[in-house]
Amino acid sequence: MSPANRSKQLRFHIRGGRIIDPANDIDTSADLYVAKGRIVGLDQAPDGFTADATLDASGCIVCPGLVELSARMREPGQEQKATIASETRAAASGGITTLCCPPDTNPIIDTPAVVELIRLRATECGKARVVTLGALTRALAGEQLSEMAALRKAGCVGVSNALRPVANTLILRRALEYAVTFDLTVFLHANDHWLANDGCAHEGRVATRLGLPGIPEAAETAAVAHSLALIGQTGVRAHFCRLTSGRAARMIARARFDGLPVTADVAIPYLYLTENDVSEFDSQCHVLPPLRTVEDRQQLRDALQSGTFQAICSDHQPHEPDAKMGPFPATEPGISGLDSLLPLALRLAEDDVLTLPELIRRLTCGPARILGLPAGTLAVGAVADICIFNPELTWLLNARSMRSQGHNTPFAGWEMKGRAIHTLLGGRLVYSLAD
Amino acid sequence: MNTRDLQIDSEGRLRHFLTLSGLNRQLLTEILDTAESFAGVTEQTVKKVPLLRGKTIVNLFFEASTRTRTTFELAAKRLSADVLNINITQSSAVKGETLLDTLRNIEAMHVDMFVVRHADSGAAHFIARNVAPHTSVINAGDGRHSHPTQAMLDMFTIRRVKGPDFGRLRVAIVGDILHSRVARSQIHALNLLNTGEVRIVAPRTLIPVHAESLGVRVFHDLRAGIQDVDVIMMLRLQHERMKGALLPSEHEYYELFGLTEKKLEHSSPDVTVMHPGPINRGVEMDSEVADGPRSVILEQVTHGIAVRMAVMSMAMQRREART
Amino acid sequence: MTDFDDIPAILDEMTEQLRVQIRQTGRTDLAIVGIHSGGVWIATQLQQRLGLTGAAGSLDISFYRDDFTRIGMNPVVKPSQMPYSIDDRHIILVDDVLHTGRTIRAALNELFDYGRPASILLAVLIDRGGRELPIAADVVGRRVTLQPGEHIKLTGPDPLKLVIRRNP
Repeated sequence: MSPANRSKQLRFHIRGGRIIDPANDIDTSADLYVAKGRIVGLDQAPDGFTADATLDASGCIVCPGLVELSARMREPGQEQKATIASETRAAASGGITTLCCPPDTNPIIDTPAVVELIRLRATECGKARVVTLGALTRALAGEQLSEMAALRKAGCVGVSNALRPVANTLILRRALEYAVTFDLTVFLHANDHWLANDGCAHEGRVATRLGLPGIPEAAETAAVAHSLALIGQTGVRAHFCRLTSGRAARMIARARFDGLPVTADVAIPYLYLTENDVSEFDSQCHVLPPLRTVEDRQQLRDALQSGTFQAICSDHQPHEPDAKMGPFPATEPGISGLDSLLPLALRLAEDDVLTLPELIRRLTCGPARILGLPAGTLAVGAVADICIFNPELTWLLNARSMRSQGHNTPFAGWEMKGRAIHTLLGGRLVYSLAD
Repeated sequence: MNTRDLQIDSEGRLRHFLTLSGLNRQLLTEILDTAESFAGVTEQTVKKVPLLRGKTIVNLFFEASTRTRTTFELAAKRLSADVLNINITQSSAVKGETLLDTLRNIEAMHVDMFVVRHADSGAAHFIARNVAPHTSVINAGDGRHSHPTQAMLDMFTIRRVKGPDFGRLRVAIVGDILHSRVARSQIHALNLLNTGEVRIVAPRTLIPVHAESLGVRVFHDLRAGIQDVDVIMMLRLQHERMKGALLPSEHEYYELFGLTEKKLEHSSPDVTVMHPGPINRGVEMDSEVADGPRSVILEQVTHGIAVRMAVMSMAMQRREART
Repeated sequence: MTDFDDIPAILDEMTEQLRVQIRQTGRTDLAIVGIHSGGVWIATQLQQRLGLTGAAGSLDISFYRDDFTRIGMNPVVKPSQMPYSIDDRHIILVDDVLHTGRTIRAALNELFDYGRPASILLAVLIDRGGRELPIAADVVGRRVTLQPGEHIKLTGPDPLKLVIRRNP
């Protein structure tokens, strides 16, 4: 049964675009052909193909639908901030076709029932695929193991303790070992809860001047260090989420060089903003982990370039306006990032941090591989999750242009360059800019 | 809106007094000069002037403080303003009213000025950004960030005791710099007034990272830190610091950083000793120093009224031109 | 541009007028108060001529002005000095130029904050007219009519000189 407004799986001819598919090392001007929800031809139409609809992609890039590693859709539990409906719609308008939802919903994703709830809701809305991370510990309390086998069976692509601390390193070790049993990837947030000590800004010059409780760089690097030791000990496949310091990036690079099964991602805000952006107590720049130094920002860009980070994400955290209306330390951290992921990522190519194909890799097959999903590819036979975007189109990011229910972003008022024109999900058109 | 544009209106007049950051030496000197004229009022028989008659000033205190609130109240009353004291206790905040709602509710009663004390750094900025255009905000202390009127009364006191040339002075601030809004504001003020040398003295645990970037020399040894200084500004040590594993005991703190007559021999012979109060006798200094001839602690209290009268008047002036 | 050179002569006349008024009202033990800063100079001169004992009081009316909210604060305010008690005293209030009357209004308010005088006589060196309040001087040195844009000012304290300036 499909909702009345669901678009149909048509035969699409995507014409005149530049196809960039890093998963298959493709970067070429060619047409793409879609039928029955899959890609059926690249450059050459399959025999007997007639299009139901033609999408004009001239001047545009045609790439796999973007894969977002972390999007908090706030449902279930915090629907005043956002819902699966609003955020999957926002994702589609940003060319994003797969979203990964962290386990810190309410109720927490530590039972198959919640996994199923989210899956059903997303399917009902039909605008983007939603995959979930299950809780590493029960109720994310960091004391007891969650039923990881059941969560895996229900469809979780990995497990994580989100931003909540695990009570001690012994419990963390056991949790990692248990995850290995079921070949689950553990998604780690490198934050030593005690060193972070309820801080709200990077412990540096700006926090010192403003008297803001600081989170030292060591809160991240100490956690990375003990996690790496346990990863080496247990052999678990681990992904480090949203690293913020140059030092941590170097530790990951070293670990990968030494052959540890680790991956890592960086979130867009940390590639643009620094502690200096907090100087006027702007609560839009209140994020956890905090924005670090100018040097860190450069080192994160370098690490992205060198391949230490295999993925870029938005770390999407929509909020209602009240959440950001208060003295800086009393506001809730997080940026609403789905709307600006594509243009801000494209700017990295403009800044020569990455070539365009390498950039698209970090947004498509890079995160897809981390999540263990077959997404992020335009190979013939693959599911037709496609993003068609115009890299030259400029627009202003503000409450009117944002599709997410949350408008909390320090990038408000920035001119964005690059916008999705059409998004296809499983061969159905789920978004067109013209509409 | 950046801090400078928030505090100063388009004519260069003070509108909000939140932090010394973004202000210049000229404005600080104007505040000190204005405070001088109000000090004259305080010392007269007639201690009131009608300058702010008909104006309503609200002391909005989210953190308990009898001392600071009383001096602001007294300053406002000496300017003939009407004063309202609102103490928002923890339970009121817990009842769910947001800070913004509290603000709006009080603004609906048509007030002219808020004097705000809050436990969060940046609270005064937030309130200033969200008040009605004709309302002024004075920061009476926000978290660890800023306590600008305290710093100004300290500068006023130094100027009265040592004269207007701060360039020839060495000043040492001793104590819990890390958690102190008073220290941050004092450092700012001293640097804006081109003080010869500003030093901070404390154990490592009580010094914030990158402290030198504030424009100070860092010392961990009291004797070296107060060597040849002209002014020593002591900070209050709060009991919680022992619990947070920042210090082992008040006893050790007193041994290492407490001021005694003997230790003062290292400083300049006419060194002035200051403290924002209340003093922990036997911890920050012993009674001999607190009550001795070098101490200007009580004068600081008196000066606090004149300085606050100055800041309040300056922030209220030119209201009609503004609207 | 006319300068009034002979201030001493004007002061002598004022002193005579004051003596007449004092005799007629039978007031004794007068105290004199000048308004900053021109009025203080004149008050000092009058005090000497009248042979009054004690120091002249001085008032800085900055804090009593009615235009504070429009023109703002003058940071250099000398504190008012009232070296004697006002209560039940006969006061001579002195200013250099009487114009709108607002300065005198502020001075009266300030004096009454100090206490309750038995009476106040107002003596001014120059009355330039243009009153906006019902204030009148008991003793006037000279009456002057100015052109629009002209201002008259007393400079001093030594020598005392009246100067008329025109706004450019």
